Amino acid sequence: MKVAATDSAVNISPVPDTWQRRHLLGLEALSKEDILTLLHTAVELKAATGGCKDKLSVLSGKTVANMFFENSTRTRNSFSLAARRLGADTVEFSASSSSLSKGETLIDTAKTIEAMNVDAMVVRHSTPGSPHLLSQNVGCSILNAGDGPHEHPTQGMLDIMTIYEQRGSLEGLTVAMVGDITYSRTARSNIWGLKKLGAHVIVCGPSTLVSKAWEEFGVEVSYSLDDIIPRCDVLNLLRIQFERQYTRPFPSVREYAFLYGMNKKRMEQAKNDILIMAPGPINRGVEITPDVADGPHSVILHQVTNGIAVRMAALYLTTTANQREA
Amino acid sequence: MSSLLIRNGRIIDPSQSLDEITDLLIDQGKIIAIGPDATTATDVTQEIDATGLIVAPGLIDIHVQLREPGFEEDETIETGTAAAIAGGFTSIACLPNTLPVTDTQAQVQFIQQKARQADNCHVFAIACVSKNREGQELAEMGILTQAGAVAFSDAPKPLQKTDLFRRALEYSRMFDVPILDHPEMPELSQSGIMHSGAISMVLGLSGIHPDSEELATGRDLRLAETTGARLHLMDISTEGSVELIRRAKGRGVNVTSEVCIANLLLTDEVMRTFDSNYKVNPPLRSQAHIDACIAGLQDGTIDVITSGHAPRASEKKMTELDRAPFGMSQLEITLGLAITNLVTPGHLDFPTLIAKLATNPARALKLDKGTLAIGADADITLIDPEAAWEVDPTTFKSLSTNTPFSGMPLTGRASTVIVGGIVKHQR
Repeated sequence: MKVAATDSAVNISPVPDTWQRRHLLGLEALSKEDILTLLHTAVELKAATGGCKDKLSVLSGKTVANMFFENSTRTRNSFSLAARRLGADTVEFSASSSSLSKGETLIDTAKTIEAMNVDAMVVRHSTPGSPHLLSQNVGCSILNAGDGPHEHPTQGMLDIMTIYEQRGSLEGLTVAMVGDITYSRTARSNIWGLKKLGAHVIVCGPSTLVSKAWEEFGVEVSYSLDDIIPRCDVLNLLRIQFERQYTRPFPSVREYAFLYGMNKKRMEQAKNDILIMAPGPINRGVEITPDVADGPHSVILHQVTNGIAVRMAALYLTTTANQREA
Repeated sequence: MSSLLIRNGRIIDPSQSLDEITDLLIDQGKIIAIGPDATTATDVTQEIDATGLIVAPGLIDIHVQLREPGFEEDETIETGTAAAIAGGFTSIACLPNTLPVTDTQAQVQFIQQKARQADNCHVFAIACVSKNREGQELAEMGILTQAGAVAFSDAPKPLQKTDLFRRALEYSRMFDVPILDHPEMPELSQSGIMHSGAISMVLGLSGIHPDSEELATGRDLRLAETTGARLHLMDISTEGSVELIRRAKGRGVNVTSEVCIANLLLTDEVMRTFDSNYKVNPPLRSQAHIDACIAGLQDGTIDVITSGHAPRASEKKMTELDRAPFGMSQLEITLGLAITNLVTPGHLDFPTLIAKLATNPARALKLDKGTLAIGADADITLIDPEAAWEVDPTTFKSLSTNTPFSGMPLTGRASTVIVGGIVKHQR
């Protein structure tokens, strides 16, 4: 890693006045303009850091706290790297080592961390709405890194950014989210972001994991992967969230793979330029076979890199807006 | 005790189909005259001008959690009864979900003694159906009835075991006391936070499906029908439940039912705020369910409106949605919410509202209350139907301020509350 030659040589565009969000809680509430601001900022920061490798000092002097009340390695590390690439300090906090086990409430924990002069908190929690609760009780920026099955806005944005890099636009593309929609925050954030940028969104999976009610929100609902494959420009293959399910929604993993696993045979039915995505961690042999995951259509590792870019953008935009407001 | 004349009020008493502007006279804690006999009474020591006010039987709330003993951080019998009076209720019945639970004579007597000391409103104890409220063995219903328990319930927990429930209904017939059930099938609602629908889907919050309530309602009605016992269904919130009760009443099943005020006002849309003050059980559902409950009130399928008063200390509510308990602190605003949202838009007229808030609750629990008949206890609520006010939780008598209605403008509230001929509250 190298520090960018001279910081002054790297001109990052100022945060546009239209961006007034101190927090990033979800993509549902964002306007198309907000989403484009996030997207363009991520693209710019990725370029300015030589592909998310070099350091800038955009956030130097700032501190970002990672507050993960639920296990995570990739999102946590991605946020940490994003913060440090922009010159911020990071504080790590995890539920197991925290005072939560001593009976402290979530709000008290957050206020305590905030009192250490933290500028942004990256929050992952198993309960929907927890980042929203914190945003009403602390003064720093809150970035939702996944609240139960509700939203995971930076994951949605990194998926969108990956498609954008490959295609230059989302307008008119058909994007299918396949698998466990009910328990997937990735699916929800993707749905809102993709729709706002003009994509046609299909949710596809077992009827116990794909609610028909998505149709009320202009989303196509399908139970057959084979039916939709020929129409898709992008397939986003979601992991089955076994840990969230109360009763198992399908009879066996074998049956799931049979009905919804993306494999070589199904690839034959796909468009020539189809993009294969997966938010990870992937279960090889379940939702995706190794030859597809590692094949020429797969952009799974691009997604990981773009995660850093999107998180740099989110941290930069929200903390700047928060500073302006203060 | 002195005599008290309430002059020129609109006296509404559904128990005697009375609705006229006249006078009412109280003496020795009893109602002794209405109309010309009251007007011409001499020797009146106190007088209240009720011009422009409604004079109603003291309101009765049969679904109140008082939290004492065991959860005095949420509410005590003293603060809960003070809140009741401020809200216009002269009698309340309290659920047995205290610690210890209300499953012994001693606990019933504790409640009665604390209520006497508080000297606010009347308090009737609802005792547990099952020992320790565990849903396994019958509590001593005979002894508890003798001690003063007026009804039996494991609420807010549902009576899950069907055989125990059936036995309880059969056994209760001897004492002519009602069994109150909160109809819910836990296996269909477990971990649920809100109504199951498009909004819960979008928010990723686990849902409580109407099936959970309706399957239990269907079962409960069937058991009431075959046992002939008195069943009161609490917390009705779905279109399907209303229809099931309507049909059961049509067949002559001995059942009464209630709806909590919150379930008549708000839809699941409000959960988008993630505000745990909206977390109630039964959950806030869709407009179609609300409309069905209102239709149920109109045609008599639903007999009673309750506050569903469930006070919770702020530290319990100010937390993640799955950890936050269900409930709203409602006693002080139920009447205002009802007038504003049910009477003003024309869903119910005042006599019907008063029937749901006084006459019918008394009948459901066979309380010797809820009437302005000559000789009845002088429990009277004077309602100012035009009073414009705003919900301000900082003024609550209740220890808990868990309400999402803070700042809401309301029309109508209790202006004078009289218990046993004594003015307990006047604003």
